[in-house]
Amino acid sequence: MLLNQVLGVVRQLIRRPQSLIGSLMVIVFMLLAIFGSSLAPHRFDEIIRGAARLAPSADYPLGTDTLGRDVFSRILWGAREIILLPTITTFLSVAFGSAIGLLIGYYGGLLDNVVSRILDSLLAIPALVLALVMLGTIGPSPVGIIIVIVLLYTPIVARVVRSAALNVRSAGYIEAARLRGESTLFILFREILPSVLPALIVEASLRFSYAIFLTASLGFLGLGVQPPSPDWGRMVNEARGSFAQTPWALWAPSAAIALLIIGVNLLSDGLRRIFRYEGGLG
Amino acid sequence: MTQTTPIIEARALSIEYKFGRGWLNALHDVNLTIYPNEIHGLVGESGSGKSTLALALMRYMAGNARISGGTIVFDGVDITRTTPTEMRAIWGSKIALVPQDALASLNPSYTIGEQIAEIGRLHLSLDARTAWACGIDMLRRVKIADPEAVAARYPHQLSGGMQQRVTIAMALTTKPRLLILDEPTTALDVTTQAVIVDLFRELIRENDAAALYVSHDLGLIAQLCDRVTVLYGGEVMASASIENVFKHPIHPYTISLLASLPRPVNPTHGMETRLPTIEGVAPSLADRPKACVFAPRCPAAIAICHTEKPPLEQINAERTVRCHRWREIADCTLVIDTAPKLIEMSAPPEAGMVLDADHLEKTFGGESMFGRLTKRNGVHAVDDVSVHINRRSTLGLVGESGSGKTTLARLIVGLEATDDGNLHLLNAPLNAAVDARSRDELRQIQMIFQNPNDAMNPFMSVGETLARTLKRLSSQPMTTAQIDARVAELLESVRLPMDYAARYPTELSGGEKQRVAIARAFATTPALIVADEPTSALDVSVQSVILNLLKDLRGQHGTSYLFISHDLKAVAYLADWIAVMYLGEIVEEGTSEHVYTMPSHPYTEALISAIPVPDPTIKSKQIRLHGDPPSARNIPTGCRFHTRCPRKIGAICETDVPPYRDAGGEHFIRCHIPVEELARLQQDSPNPILDAQI
Amino acid sequence: MIRFLLRRLALLAITLLITSAVIFALTQLLPGDVARLILGREARPEAIAALREDLGLNNSVPQQYIDWLTGFVTGDWGRSFVSGNPLIRPLVMDRLGNSLRLAGFTLLISVPLSVFLGVISGLNENKFVDNAISIFTLSVVGLPEFVTGLVLINVFALGLGWFPASATAPADASLGDWIRQLILPAITATFVLMAYIVRMTRAGVIDELKKSYVRTATLKGLPRRTVIIKHVLRNALLPTITVVALSFGWLIGGLIVIENVFSYPGLGRLMTNAVERKDIPLMQAVVMVVIFFFAIANLLADVVYALLNPRIRLD
Repeated sequence: MLLNQVLGVVRQLIRRPQSLIGSLMVIVFMLLAIFGSSLAPHRFDEIIRGAARLAPSADYPLGTDTLGRDVFSRILWGAREIILLPTITTFLSVAFGSAIGLLIGYYGGLLDNVVSRILDSLLAIPALVLALVMLGTIGPSPVGIIIVIVLLYTPIVARVVRSAALNVRSAGYIEAARLRGESTLFILFREILPSVLPALIVEASLRFSYAIFLTASLGFLGLGVQPPSPDWGRMVNEARGSFAQTPWALWAPSAAIALLIIGVNLLSDGLRRIFRYEGGLG
Repeated sequence: MTQTTPIIEARALSIEYKFGRGWLNALHDVNLTIYPNEIHGLVGESGSGKSTLALALMRYMAGNARISGGTIVFDGVDITRTTPTEMRAIWGSKIALVPQDALASLNPSYTIGEQIAEIGRLHLSLDARTAWACGIDMLRRVKIADPEAVAARYPHQLSGGMQQRVTIAMALTTKPRLLILDEPTTALDVTTQAVIVDLFRELIRENDAAALYVSHDLGLIAQLCDRVTVLYGGEVMASASIENVFKHPIHPYTISLLASLPRPVNPTHGMETRLPTIEGVAPSLADRPKACVFAPRCPAAIAICHTEKPPLEQINAERTVRCHRWREIADCTLVIDTAPKLIEMSAPPEAGMVLDADHLEKTFGGESMFGRLTKRNGVHAVDDVSVHINRRSTLGLVGESGSGKTTLARLIVGLEATDDGNLHLLNAPLNAAVDARSRDELRQIQMIFQNPNDAMNPFMSVGETLARTLKRLSSQPMTTAQIDARVAELLESVRLPMDYAARYPTELSGGEKQRVAIARAFATTPALIVADEPTSALDVSVQSVILNLLKDLRGQHGTSYLFISHDLKAVAYLADWIAVMYLGEIVEEGTSEHVYTMPSHPYTEALISAIPVPDPTIKSKQIRLHGDPPSARNIPTGCRFHTRCPRKIGAICETDVPPYRDAGGEHFIRCHIPVEELARLQQDSPNPILDAQI
Repeated sequence: MIRFLLRRLALLAITLLITSAVIFALTQLLPGDVARLILGREARPEAIAALREDLGLNNSVPQQYIDWLTGFVTGDWGRSFVSGNPLIRPLVMDRLGNSLRLAGFTLLISVPLSVFLGVISGLNENKFVDNAISIFTLSVVGLPEFVTGLVLINVFALGLGWFPASATAPADASLGDWIRQLILPAITATFVLMAYIVRMTRAGVIDELKKSYVRTATLKGLPRRTVIIKHVLRNALLPTITVVALSFGWLIGGLIVIENVFSYPGLGRLMTNAVERKDIPLMQAVVMVVIFFFAIANLLADVVYALLNPRIRLD
């Protein structure tokens, strides 16, 4: 059943050109994140003597920056952070968010009221502002970025799951489960969670896209992964000053970020259309 | 019939839906003629194409549909060939629709007055002020008490019955020649339906309009229409005058459908009756039989029925039929057996109680912090209600929506916790909340839910669903082999093929899902099964199958039922004991014979009289309840029913709580009128449930 | 109506209270001693002790929070840590004006444009126009502000020279200059907002088109235009109000990046500067102002939504 449905979703993604392109782009970037650093001709911090400010050529496909580092290699190395961090944050916020959402959606009442109010308050702080305050005080680090984004996105996921859980809470099959004495955990994760999955999958893909967006923006503002390790957002910021001499050092990371986000957005849009037409799997 | 020109005439109409790359036939070769001043009924089960046909007659179709053949001549013009602009001049002025779901059909953001006035401005060229006045006049004509106030309100602020009145007011504004009424009372309570249908009849006659009335309710059609067309699988099976169709049906489908309607049958000692049913499932759009669409389910089908499509034959001026064997049926050489079957009961009645519920109380929202802050009364859904269910007996619980019958059921199964009162199961105290009940207690009470579509987890197969119930509730641990064997046994008991164990809910029809739900309820042979409207979401032909099944299983296992339904005929068929609920209180109870015969509580009397009888020769008495039931937040003083009671005797009804009088033979009526007096008042009225003979 | 408003205001107060506590708690996470941070490594212990006393750092954390909150509410926003220790309030107020101007200008462009595209897209579900708009919003538009901003600067400012590359917006600039300066940053912000508003508007229109009342309106014989504008859009655009308020939060985040890209003297840049210098009081003040405006935007949206939606009870 589940396998068939996964295959069905994949088939539908392939049928729509935009979604197919998006999926392929995401796959390519995932591969880059895993194998990128071993494919790179240079280390990210290797300063090549006499090779500063070189335009793209056969030796340096994307040119070199003002210090003489190979931009292409730095982009390959940097792929790991910009993809890995959002993957982890998406995974964690979906896990926490669905647990919280399922609980308050199923129980309702006072618990729901109190928790929802706290979640709403967290959402009342614009994402980037909260991120700046936190990273500004505890100092920028990968773990810090993960904590911030998980804190930001857990309430969003929780709200989505909550409303989906509210919809099925009074369904006959949930009551039938209660009448055969199932535990709350069984009802939450075996009876309710599957019907919440479509909403959750779409939300996860959206969260992934926004997490990349946010990670890149933090990098640009200097609060991402710290130098000398390559961060696409910071590479853009660093290359602004020397744009006249090394425009490629600005364009290459910008284009990389753009392509990654476009790919994820196309895939996410495809998923949204599929699950909308299905009217949800539940 | 010597009528003049028809108002509308569809000839050989075919409609197709786009499906993937191809087209599927939704309607095939349909003929339909409506004459001036005629109310024409259109009957069919879900998937028969009746709504598609009704809207197609207005030349209104879904974006993926097309007319693939035939003509629709309305008022002398073939509207299959008109332009959209020409259609807009006809819509709302010459043909108007009264839709099924009134609330959804009204724009939530505009007042009632504006939505009616819009029509006056558009088609009657009225200025804003006159159009508004005209709207108020229309509201008055549909008997809305305070039209000025209602005109200023928004749709969601009105009750269901009022919303439906507004849609008919809208439709009649321009005095259209033809009204299309698409199941306009399906969502309403039977008492409200009766009032609305009276209003329809009166207004249609008054306006000299013709009408097409779409319904699945044969009783309603019999009481309202002049002629009727029976649709099945996208084709016309038969069309004739009401008398002919109901008294002398010649199509096997019509005959079987009428025979399958639930009704009480005089009880014979030690015997049970079963309704004749139509086997199988109505075909879906994608796999309609090539020959006669009804052949696979037809009790009279012969070889030719499976190979050749019968033509739609014109028998005389007013009667058509599509069947290879209608002549044999008409001259009585072929008789389709429709007599209820008597079967022997394997489990005779047994003394003792399954369930005692005493003085149950439930109020919603009254106790919460928010409720106290806003000083709103709670909804007193169940107020000091006691019910007792005998072993191997069925208690039928009837009442309008909002009467508290579903809440009572949920209190008994424990899905809702009681505020007060005691529950005893098999003479042992029973925990109120389901979470606190032991495995043994859980095993003894199971439930069948109203909506078959959400009764099963969409991610569990039929087999998994049943196995899980067995695993959780069986008294002894079962091996996998034992569970598999029991699952097979259960499927067989609800007459589903063995391979259904591997199917998922999306692969089942509504009736099949409900059978699985029944199998699940019976998995560990409980002492009591609570069935909350188990057939109300199902088609007529499927309903009788499920009712029979419930009866069979009761006979085999000696299980007791608490059977909740708004369909008094279904209750009469299944229950031996009946309780009538009104606003959280039981107003009458007794054996089904006692409750359905006089004397009755005035509320029961009105409920029974509101049932449309599927026999056009019986005109039931007209006891109508006007107004909506009061809110359970503000329960009237004295007798709760006094605000709507047609037999109210005076101030005592408003001030004093009525006594619960014993009418003899454990028959109780909660009324100020003495039982003898009630009996005298009610004696001369025919009983639609007991008198209908088909 | 009054009760509705009071209830909303009470909710707003609760939200602000919780968020202020969250923000205050977060800033407590700063490693090290604030007094030492201000005075520098070589400061004498007595000076540090004096400053600690002066800043109230010896009080309990809840006491510090209450002091800070009452100070904030009564208009005493404290002094910045940076050299010269300027008063925070005038600084923030000055920058707030600039940011609000940019935000207002952005909303003026982005809301009508996005709603228009969303409606067109929804009315032509899965047709060419819809697909074109969706590809546009998903690719060109859904990118981080620093990417689109830099592209716009390089093409329209450095390349074509139509607009200035940075926006300094002195208060006495002429309206023309002022708009010329704001146009590139505003377009950048618009791009980000558009993706969200277009998507939600499109979904709203598609949802409403499926409702039965649309059939009722059509079968009244109303012209298609009336059915769409009077009946469908009246309902479909209601949720857009909430969507716009929510995207105000996006806009605030976007402005932080955009103001850095365009060197625009707004709250966003003040915020990043404060973060760089670990200027805690300034950070707290800016964040609270931002949250306050975001909350007000949501409140306004709620009220407008309730006024326009008869299904919401105002009592």
